[in-house]
Amino acid sequence: MTRALKKRLKATALWLTTFVLMIVMCVPGLWVVLSAFRPNREILAKPPVWVPQDLTLRNFTKIFGIGEETVAIPVLSYFWNSLVIATTSTVIALIIGMAGGYAFARFRFRFKNAWFLGLMLFRTVPGIALSLPVFMLWSRLGIIDTQMGLIIVYVSLNVPFTVWLIDGFFRQIPMSLSEAAQVDGCTRWQAFWKIEFPLAKSGIAAAGVFAFLTSWNEFALASQLTRSTDSKTLPVGLMDFTSQFTIDWAGMCAMAVIIIVPALILTFLVQKHLIAGLTFGGVKG
Amino acid sequence: MAGITLDRVVKRYGKLEVVHGIDLEIGHNEFVVLVGPSGCGKSTTLRMIAGLEDISDGDIRIGERVVNDLPPRKRNVSMVFQNYALYPHMNVRDNLGFGLKIAGQPAKVIEERVAEAAGILGLSELMDRIPAELSGGQRQRVAMGRAIVRHPDAFLFDEPLSNLDAKLRVQMRTEIKKLHGKVATTVVYVTHDQVEAMTLADRIVVMKDGYIEQVGTPMEVFNHPVNTFVASFIGSPPMNLIPGRIEGGEVRFSGGGTVPVPGRLKEHVRGGQEVIFGVRPDDLSPIGHGIHEARETCEIDLTVELAELLGTETLIYTSLAGQEIQGKMFDPRDLKVGETLTFRLSLDKAHLFDAATGRSVRPR
Repeated sequence: MTRALKKRLKATALWLTTFVLMIVMCVPGLWVVLSAFRPNREILAKPPVWVPQDLTLRNFTKIFGIGEETVAIPVLSYFWNSLVIATTSTVIALIIGMAGGYAFARFRFRFKNAWFLGLMLFRTVPGIALSLPVFMLWSRLGIIDTQMGLIIVYVSLNVPFTVWLIDGFFRQIPMSLSEAAQVDGCTRWQAFWKIEFPLAKSGIAAAGVFAFLTSWNEFALASQLTRSTDSKTLPVGLMDFTSQFTIDWAGMCAMAVIIIVPALILTFLVQKHLIAGLTFGGVKG
Repeated sequence: MAGITLDRVVKRYGKLEVVHGIDLEIGHNEFVVLVGPSGCGKSTTLRMIAGLEDISDGDIRIGERVVNDLPPRKRNVSMVFQNYALYPHMNVRDNLGFGLKIAGQPAKVIEERVAEAAGILGLSELMDRIPAELSGGQRQRVAMGRAIVRHPDAFLFDEPLSNLDAKLRVQMRTEIKKLHGKVATTVVYVTHDQVEAMTLADRIVVMKDGYIEQVGTPMEVFNHPVNTFVASFIGSPPMNLIPGRIEGGEVRFSGGGTVPVPGRLKEHVRGGQEVIFGVRPDDLSPIGHGIHEARETCEIDLTVELAELLGTETLIYTSLAGQEIQGKMFDPRDLKVGETLTFRLSLDKAHLFDAATGRSVRPR
């Protein structure tokens, strides 16, 4: 076997492996999207219908109450709740994450490492394990089934992560840049906003996307802490398609698409910022 | 434009004192180089002048103002950092103009000053590039440009050349010297490289362990080091230092052998005193190869252990009194290892230091 052939075989094998892995990852998602546009009978058909015969938008029109057949699910309320809760909790988690990340990266203070470790340990506790204590606390406080109740939970879930990620990005930015800006006439605050913030932007954007997606997709805690259209989020709303004896797979898949699309759009919009690397070059590596 | 005064300046980190009450007077438009080994407190001192470190005690004045409690932005100084600290997300033009923009200067003034600085430093062609697209030398020039556009009271340089390769370092060294000629301003320059210190400074401040060891012009510090530390730190290759004892008008080396006590130092030593005899390699040459006009010399036979050809001269490694020393052969010929040569030692340029204190026996 020549070396060129060996090389080509290796490349092909690598490509095939990647392809198979991608299929394994993508097929369930694709199946959900595909099912959103198919009638229930085709989804449940045995043997399965691999290639869709009958593509339709009826699943969506049904959810939104358009046309004759409707499903009594307040999707718009759920969507609104999800949007408000995910956005607000992300913004708060980012503000705290930026302040905390900056502090951990830049300042010396007592028990710094212990604090940081504590934050990280908090992440090791599975959210669902907290659901009972949180439920009891929230019910005492009267914030069960409110947007605020979920926002607080999501902020506390996301803050350790945003602090950790943003800290890493600030650490990459040499101190001397901020110092140079201060000698150049900036206050520390100005140096932060004009120099360090733009350079850490990609990290902050990444932290934001992750925090948003965590809140947007979270199901376990939301299902415990919400009751009605006042606070139910989209993932919890998915459960509305199950009843005692049947599951409306088509409706559920349509709803899943409604959940996926905003997340996809957001990721697409900030993908530019997710690619880090701006900090290189300004200082000698 | 202004001078800088340090008055008993102390820096402590918690209980650890790293700068011990130093005094320094830097004249208007003077080029002063702080030099010393790592950890001697030179960078800390510079950062205290810039306002990037608080001072724990004492006073710093820039011009007539005491600046102890002023933040960096109110001190009107510019700083060039070791890693350049260019803003990676701004092009050269914006990097140069950043300080003026922050100061709220009108766009026209910014444009003029940036163009002026770019002209001085030859950056005009590079204005639209970002730092990542510049070479090391170009980045260095942008960093200097950023310092000069603001017309500050003083430039502070923190080891600005240590990231450059040897050739570029020499080139930038001359550029900095020229720049100081063009924009006459007080300069405080920190380096651990004594060659930079010698070539650039109006005055050198030699520091060690948070103390100032000596302040003087390069020639003063080179020719009259106050102690063995300065003697061995300034000058390359370093001064040969050989321990001995004063006996009957001679220095008797601990490892054997003698040289006469230099005439000018005779009255400063007493019999039995433990001393360290110092002579620079330049003042120890084989007869006929350097040291012609010295008034007072002595001769010693030394065996060549290693010879380094440097072109116009050859550095000879040899031993005196059991200690490795170096001499220089000017106008060199080929040498063999093991060859014994008679060296002439220039006594009028030799030094004696007290062995106990390390200080020169003849204070200036």
